[in-house]
Amino acid sequence: MGILLNEQSRVLVQGITGREGSFHARACKDYGTQLVAGVTPGRGGQLFDDVVPVFDSVEEAVDATQANVSLIFVPPPFAPDAIAESVDAGIPLIACITEGIPVHDMVGLYRYVQANPVRLIGPNCPGMINPGAHCKVGIMPGNIHMPGRVGVVSRSGTLTYEAVGQLTGQGIGQSSCVGIGGDPIIGSSFIDILRLYNDDPDTDLVVFIGEIGGNMEQQAAEFIGSAEFTKPVCSLIVGATAPSGKRMGHAGAIITGESATAESKIRSLERAGARIIPTPADIGETVAAALVESGLGA
Amino acid sequence: MKLHEYQAKAIFARYGIAVPDGSLAHTADEAATATANFGGRAAVKAQVHAGGRGLAGGVKVVGSPDEAGSFAGGLLGSRLVTNQTDAGGVPVESVLVEALADIGSEMYVAVTMDRDHRGPVVIASAGGGTSIEQLAAENPDAIITEPVDPVLELMPYQCRRMATRLGLSGSALRDAAGVLATLYRIFVEHDCSLVEVNPLIVTSDGAIMALDAKMDVEDDALFRHADLQQLRDRNQEDALEAEAADGDIAYVSLDGSVGCLVNGAGLAMATLDVANAAGAAPANFLDVGGGATDEKVAKAVGIILSDPKVDRVLVNVFGGILRCDVAARGITMAYEEHQAQQPLIVRMLGTNLEEGKSILAGSGLNVTFADTLTEVTAALSATQPGA
Repeated sequence: MGILLNEQSRVLVQGITGREGSFHARACKDYGTQLVAGVTPGRGGQLFDDVVPVFDSVEEAVDATQANVSLIFVPPPFAPDAIAESVDAGIPLIACITEGIPVHDMVGLYRYVQANPVRLIGPNCPGMINPGAHCKVGIMPGNIHMPGRVGVVSRSGTLTYEAVGQLTGQGIGQSSCVGIGGDPIIGSSFIDILRLYNDDPDTDLVVFIGEIGGNMEQQAAEFIGSAEFTKPVCSLIVGATAPSGKRMGHAGAIITGESATAESKIRSLERAGARIIPTPADIGETVAAALVESGLGA
Repeated sequence: MKLHEYQAKAIFARYGIAVPDGSLAHTADEAATATANFGGRAAVKAQVHAGGRGLAGGVKVVGSPDEAGSFAGGLLGSRLVTNQTDAGGVPVESVLVEALADIGSEMYVAVTMDRDHRGPVVIASAGGGTSIEQLAAENPDAIITEPVDPVLELMPYQCRRMATRLGLSGSALRDAAGVLATLYRIFVEHDCSLVEVNPLIVTSDGAIMALDAKMDVEDDALFRHADLQQLRDRNQEDALEAEAADGDIAYVSLDGSVGCLVNGAGLAMATLDVANAAGAAPANFLDVGGGATDEKVAKAVGIILSDPKVDRVLVNVFGGILRCDVAARGITMAYEEHQAQQPLIVRMLGTNLEEGKSILAGSGLNVTFADTLTEVTAALSATQPGA
């Protein structure tokens, strides 16, 4: 089963005629995703790759195609509008890939998203994938994934691919993989995704990859350590060697106090009972060992 | 993007916040003249993008124009090293000469974006002068915080509540509340990540005045602030970091000798951790981004190679949008242009991998290929200078 996506996911791409939007829309479709519509204002009536109808608005696209997932590749100045448009059209699941949306724009938008029956992944994220359902809503390379029972959640893109590559290399398949995004204000937190994995009968173990900066990892650790959360977790925190006060690419990844350091996050996760992955090279092996130890095999 | 104190104070003044009379000086003579104009006594403050100026000798209260001239003369053209800069410090190209204020009491106030609240918060403390980090560590209860609801925005009662808790009363309470509301407006209207006043003072006759001013504008929002873009002072930035930023490359200079080229911020941080675990300290963090062209990769490698500390280059690219052949071409272009000899450790995965590898293998460069991060660790050990 996996989380967020399934065989019923009908995906529309906002910004489908742009350079990145068209490249990734095609890659999602090739992976097996039901790509039902594209939206580019002013390009309504065209066909993308001869088959996917393009609409002027999300509302029209939803009316015509019953799309229920939106994938956004709109440039930063227009992305907040694109997110709000999808929320307004009643889309229940949105992934916003766009990097560089001003934080000030996310403040109000975050409240709007919270007040509506919608889940937003991102912005500044790689999206999500459910290999078992052949459904990919994001920019991850599909071919490194394999269906299975380990859930992956991370803030970042290529580091998630690294983790997935190591898992697949060990013959460990994934129920779902989600990158929640590297910005300071994002639609879904680690806890939101961990809760979904906790409730997913087809996820046995969760790989949780965090970073320096903020204290979302500590909050996640508290949830992992609570009675409510029942699944084994393997966790990697990157950025241990980053200098304090410097922004390491992700706007969110900046050490501004004790709780933001890798060391403090690792301590919290250890206390919560998570198995710590010692270095980024050890993801696959650590998970394999954890599966054996939990009696789940590898 | 950081603003200088004098730039931030000009914005404060435009919004009606009282700041000391001041004059920007680029020479010792200008500093002396300005001091004379303020009656022979003044505060002379180095204009640099770094905190900790006072402790580092970048700020002085002078008692005569001569003293101002000699202090400014010593600062101007030098580099100021503070506890917030690296060992090289930042260049002092101007000093702000200000009339002395009559300080009754000092406060710390700031507006910043709080990730937990997912919105702005206003922070204040009755203990001005010292750093908020120090205060947070030593006496966190003394810090007053007001989260701002983005729909209501900062309400007047919140400002009055803060002012009361800062120990103010009467007209000082009302005026300070007004200043807090104005600072919030400045924060929002300039897309700031931080507006900080340390100290905000009550003068002995009860007026509220900003003795210092710090504004950090969010880089991602600069596209809608043409006026603020003009205020950028590139000389205050690390030259390589500034060059990288111009090319839309995320680069942070570090102390080690392994140049790192990675796509993706998370993987870039992970790569630093892997290198450090192998006992090979990285010279930099570098995220070349997803949709990079060979020119962009070449520019990134060029930036890495212009750092004299770099004795090896580690490439860790997970090719998705960024194809391996494109990365390989970019690398060879930069090595050719810089006539560089440093050994390369290359770990590439994904689209057009074989083509990428064959371009590098046929380039005549000293390349060690690694397929996994474990092999990267081994290759780093094997290429350790002296190994």
